Amino acid sequence: MYRNLTIKQKQIVWAWAFLAIPVLFYGVIRFYPTGNAILISFQNWNLLGTRSWAGFDNYVKLWNDPVFWKVFANTFIYLLLGTPISLVISFVIAYHLDQLRFMHGFLRMLYFLPFMTSAVAMAWVWRWFYQPVPTGLFNNLLASVGIGQISFLNSTTNALPAVLAPAVWAGLGFQIIIFMAGLRAIPKSYYEAAKIDGVGWWTVLWEITLPLLKPTIVFIVVFSSIGFLRIFDHVFNMTTNNPGGPLNATKPLVLMIYDTAFTGFDMGYAAAQTVVLFVVLLTVSLLQLRILRDK
Amino acid sequence: MNIKAIRGIALASATSFVTLMGSAAQAVEIEYWQYFFDARVAAMEQLIEKFQAANPDITVKMTHFPYADYRTKVAAAIPAGEGPDVVQLFYGWLNDYREAQLIQPLPSDVFPADRIEAEFFPMVGAMRDGDQYWALPTAVRSLALFYNERLMAEAGIDSPPETLDQMVEAAAKMTKRDSAGNITQVGLTVGMTAQDHHWFREGLIRQFGGDPYKDDYQTVNYDTDAGRAALDFYTGLVTGDNAVSSIGFMDEPQAAFKAGRAGMHIDGSFRIGSLADVRGLKWGVAELPASADGVRANYASYWVNAITSKAQGEKYDAAVKFMEYIVSDEAMQLWLDVVGELPAKPSVGMTEANANDPVFGPFIRGLKYARTTKFADESGQRQVLVDMVERMTLQGMGAAESLTVAAEAEQKILDGYYKK
Repeated sequence: MYRNLTIKQKQIVWAWAFLAIPVLFYGVIRFYPTGNAILISFQNWNLLGTRSWAGFDNYVKLWNDPVFWKVFANTFIYLLLGTPISLVISFVIAYHLDQLRFMHGFLRMLYFLPFMTSAVAMAWVWRWFYQPVPTGLFNNLLASVGIGQISFLNSTTNALPAVLAPAVWAGLGFQIIIFMAGLRAIPKSYYEAAKIDGVGWWTVLWEITLPLLKPTIVFIVVFSSIGFLRIFDHVFNMTTNNPGGPLNATKPLVLMIYDTAFTGFDMGYAAAQTVVLFVVLLTVSLLQLRILRDK
Repeated sequence: MNIKAIRGIALASATSFVTLMGSAAQAVEIEYWQYFFDARVAAMEQLIEKFQAANPDITVKMTHFPYADYRTKVAAAIPAGEGPDVVQLFYGWLNDYREAQLIQPLPSDVFPADRIEAEFFPMVGAMRDGDQYWALPTAVRSLALFYNERLMAEAGIDSPPETLDQMVEAAAKMTKRDSAGNITQVGLTVGMTAQDHHWFREGLIRQFGGDPYKDDYQTVNYDTDAGRAALDFYTGLVTGDNAVSSIGFMDEPQAAFKAGRAGMHIDGSFRIGSLADVRGLKWGVAELPASADGVRANYASYWVNAITSKAQGEKYDAAVKFMEYIVSDEAMQLWLDVVGELPAKPSVGMTEANANDPVFGPFIRGLKYARTTKFADESGQRQVLVDMVERMTLQGMGAAESLTVAAEAEQKILDGYYKK
């Protein structure tokens, strides 16, 4: 039978033969659990007893849950603050680092180091930085110069930015490296032409560098957006005593899912939240690709 | 090596193999699961050794997991038919396991309900269902007041406080501030995220004349004058110019106490072990302070041992025998000596030596008037009280309003759980 196939068909058979392993792998560890999660979101299950059908109950409960809306807003605040801030900072650093020769490698390493550090360890160190006197570094500094304490984590307004700061810092190194690679990839001839024409640096930046960096920017925006929408380890580790607190001020969607599933043991409700997160991630990523690619 | 030697080795290994098989066929092996905690594992190893010496036909295999994974692993393994014959569960989880029929009631001929009720401390009654018990603890925990002896002496306090008023007075003497008015040493640690939510529920509310729940813990009953008085007392510790504490001080209450920056600290008996190793910290334990009119109240919790539905036939019989041993007086004394957890029976706990022990004594005496909250969702119900205090300290809500919101939120959790 195989003999009667055309060369083209034979190639296809071979391609699928080699693809079979990753396809099977993905099917079993990615698509099956995903499908199962969607199924569970329509059921009630506490992990112990039998599952029972709930219809859309879990989604209705989600819709009527004030905590969910608070958490939903938090998730987007993480995204809307985190992505632009980290994009601007990492571009500024990469832009200047690119022009610097003195100790270039060393500085680049310093910026990349936080990215390689474990998020858990980093979150705990920052958590201690933020403590009130007598243990917190920041507040001790403030107290030593006679300024009143700032409640970093124990505040409904300051806590989210305080948790976000180390998360932004941790991601910078990666974005800087990508930006620098993007900058290096721009042909020198454009800059030479601009120099001959006598154009100012702002025009060079605005008309040459940024437009040619677009693919890099698209990649970084999509990548860091997904990261901020899924933020978990920083929040969880900085607020373990009162996860996502105070008063849900820092709770992102992923932490709510974790809490519902593994401290509340309400698997159906947690699965419904997961489905919502999945839809959000998908929409945001597609939107960004569309907007940033089209022009 | 000559042929004779080889033959000898072959013969020896063959016979040892046969004897191994023979003994394996006779012995029943049952599996026991608990979470990993050094002293608990050591104690259980000693208990298993003694049990096996007395019952040579039974072997017990212990498996343990880190605490963080324990609940999920047990919950995943038992319904799948894997896992233990005898398992250690937190008392608050038992309802779910019972409803899912993952555990079996203890046989009433070996564990007659009336005898159990007479022999064990009263809060174990939460495990009773008609004529049967579903599970039994080896050890229980209660709350007490830890105090830093050095700071007490420094502040000129001779003896640990007996009443709540004395406690506040002592705490005020031990509170230190820097020139800017920031608290640098607290008189008493405070934090609903730690053990305070138990102290508030079963301690303060009752001491101020209330009864936190009705209908067997299915109805919230603390949105009352007593509840408001208790909440005023509690938040009074951290608000105003005379605050003797601050929430989130040094991140965690127990950390502040360990670091010698807290005069007093309310915590469970399970803390004894970790405090014993802290260098340079001299501490003592007293019973939780009584109210002005002498009312005492305490909270007790425990881990229970239960037989899973996986244990059938001879494994079931072996599991029953093992259960009988690990809730015996002998096992409880060993558990107290090795782990430092309190015996679940007065016959062991209230012995002269144990009840007057300077460290264990206050906890054991507390058991006489301790109650066990029947939680539907302990972390959810804890969160309600955490939020209650945060609404007041961070958002300026009044005590009465915040208490009402909390009572409604907790009732919602209870309704959701019991109506299913």
